[in-house]
Amino acid sequence: MDLILEGAIKACQLLLSLDPEVLGIALLSLKVSGLATLLSVVLGVGFGTLIALTSFPGKKALVSVVNTGMGLPPVVVGLFVSILLWRNGPLGFLELLYTPTAIVIAQSVIATPIVMGITISAMQNLPASLRLQILALGATRSQMVLMLIKEARLPLMAGVMAGFGGVISEVGASIMVGGNVRGYTRVLTTATVMETGRGNFDIAIALSLILLLFCFLINYFLTYIQQRERPR
Amino acid sequence: MKFLQKSLSVLLLALLVVAAASSSNGWGADKQKNLILATTTSTQDSGLLDVLIPIFEKQSGYFVKTISVGSGQAMKMGERGEADVLLVHSPEAEKTFVAQGFGVERKLVMHNDFIILGPPADPAKIRGAASSAEAFHRIAKAGALFLSRGDNSGTDAKEKGLWKGAGISPAGQKWFQQTGLGMGETLNVASEKKGYLLSDRGTYLALEKKRHLGLDILVAGEPKLLNIYHVIEVNPVRWPKVNNAGAKAFAAFMISKETQELIRHFGVKQFGAPLFFPDAGKKPESLGL
Repeated sequence: MDLILEGAIKACQLLLSLDPEVLGIALLSLKVSGLATLLSVVLGVGFGTLIALTSFPGKKALVSVVNTGMGLPPVVVGLFVSILLWRNGPLGFLELLYTPTAIVIAQSVIATPIVMGITISAMQNLPASLRLQILALGATRSQMVLMLIKEARLPLMAGVMAGFGGVISEVGASIMVGGNVRGYTRVLTTATVMETGRGNFDIAIALSLILLLFCFLINYFLTYIQQRERPR
Repeated sequence: MKFLQKSLSVLLLALLVVAAASSSNGWGADKQKNLILATTTSTQDSGLLDVLIPIFEKQSGYFVKTISVGSGQAMKMGERGEADVLLVHSPEAEKTFVAQGFGVERKLVMHNDFIILGPPADPAKIRGAASSAEAFHRIAKAGALFLSRGDNSGTDAKEKGLWKGAGISPAGQKWFQQTGLGMGETLNVASEKKGYLLSDRGTYLALEKKRHLGLDILVAGEPKLLNIYHVIEVNPVRWPKVNNAGAKAFAAFMISKETQELIRHFGVKQFGAPLFFPDAGKKPESLGL
C-alpha cells in the first residue's frame, strides 16, 4: 500500500514540477494515440457505414472478420507491422521502423476494426424505414448517410472511446514498432514497463496514474460531446 | 448547441493536427543521422546508456535509437541488417555471429560479473560452494526453485552454459521456471518467489538500491562467471542499408579513453561500487578466461 501512496505522491510531484521528460512522454502518448484514433475513425466509420448500408455477397463473412478484428492482440499487430517495416522488408524504403509514425500505423490497425465493428452494428441498429423516410423527404444520398451517422451518434462516440481506450493502453505494439527510444518513441505504457524492470516502482506507478488520468479526461470530453444533445 | 458541439470537435481536430505538425520535423528524422543500437536489457536497466548515449549524440550528431532486447535478439537483428551496431554480452554466440560474416570489428568494451543469488535462508545450502557447478548441483539435488530468464539473452546463454558444464539438464524440471522476461523483472520475480537465479551484478546492484530484494549473493568470483561486453559493427557488405559510419563512430566512442573513464565511475556514487569495469584494448585472456 505504501508503494501506491508513494507513487501517487511521485505522480503529483512529476506533474506539478512539469518534469520535461515525463511531460514529453505523456504528450507523445496523447499525440500518437489521438492520431491513430482519428485515422481509425475516418476509416472505421467510413467503411463501417458503407458495409452496413449496402448488401453484397459475403457480407456476413466480412462482418465476422471485422468483429474478430475488434479483438486483435496488439502484439500480433506489432509483430506484423515490424516485419513489414524492417528496413530490409517490403516497406523498408519508408524508413519508418522505430519512429512515432510506426506506432501511429500499428495503433490505427488495432483501433480501426473496433470503430468499424461498432459502426456497423450501430448503423444496422437504425430502423430500416428511416432511410426511406429521409430519401422521401428529398435528401440526396450523401445527405441521407450524414443524417444516419448523426442519428447513430451515441453508439458511434462509444466506438471512438473504445478505440482510443484500446490504443492508449496497449504496450505490445508500441514497444515492438517504436522501440521505446528515449525522448522519441517512449510512450506512457512502454515507459511504465521499463521503469518496472528498473525497479523504479514509484515512477512506474506515477506514469500509470497519469495514463489513467488522461483516459478519464479524454473519455469525459467525448462523453460530454456524446451526451450534449440527447435524442428525443 | 450544435454550433458549440461542432466547434468543439473542430478544435480537437485542429489541436491534434497542430500537435502532429509541431513535432513532424522529429518524426521522420534524417535517415543518414539515425543509428540503431541493439543492446541488452542490462545496459539499459542499469542506467549506463542513459549517461553515455546523450554524450555520444552531442559529440557525433547521430540520433541513437537504442533498442533494448536480449543479446540473442540483438544478434538476430544484426543478422537481418535491422541494427547498425550491437553492444552485447554473449561471447560464444558473438564469435559465431562474426565467423558467419554477420558482424565485423568485434571489440572488448567492459565487464562485470555474474552472481548466483538466492533467499537468505538458502534451502539448497549453496552458500560458499566451491564453484557455480557445485552450486547448481546442490540446487538440482534439493529441487529448490530456480528462476531462469529463458529469453536467449546473454545472461540466459551464460546460465545454459553453466548448467551444461555442470552436467544437468534442468529444462522441464518442476523446480526450474523460465520467466521469459528481462533481468530486472526476473530479479523481481525471484524476490517475490524466494527463488535462486543467475544475474549480472550491475542490474542486481541497481535494483537492490531501489528496493530491498531480500536476495543474498551466494556464489561469486569464479572466472567462469565473468560477464563480458563487446561492441560489434553489423557487416555493411552484407547489408548495404546499414549505417556503418555511425556504427564505427559509436564503437570508437565506447572504447575511447573518456568513455572508459565514465564507465569506471558509473554508479560508484549511487551504489557504492562500480557496476562495470572498463576493458578497452585488453585481450579477453587477460581477464582470466
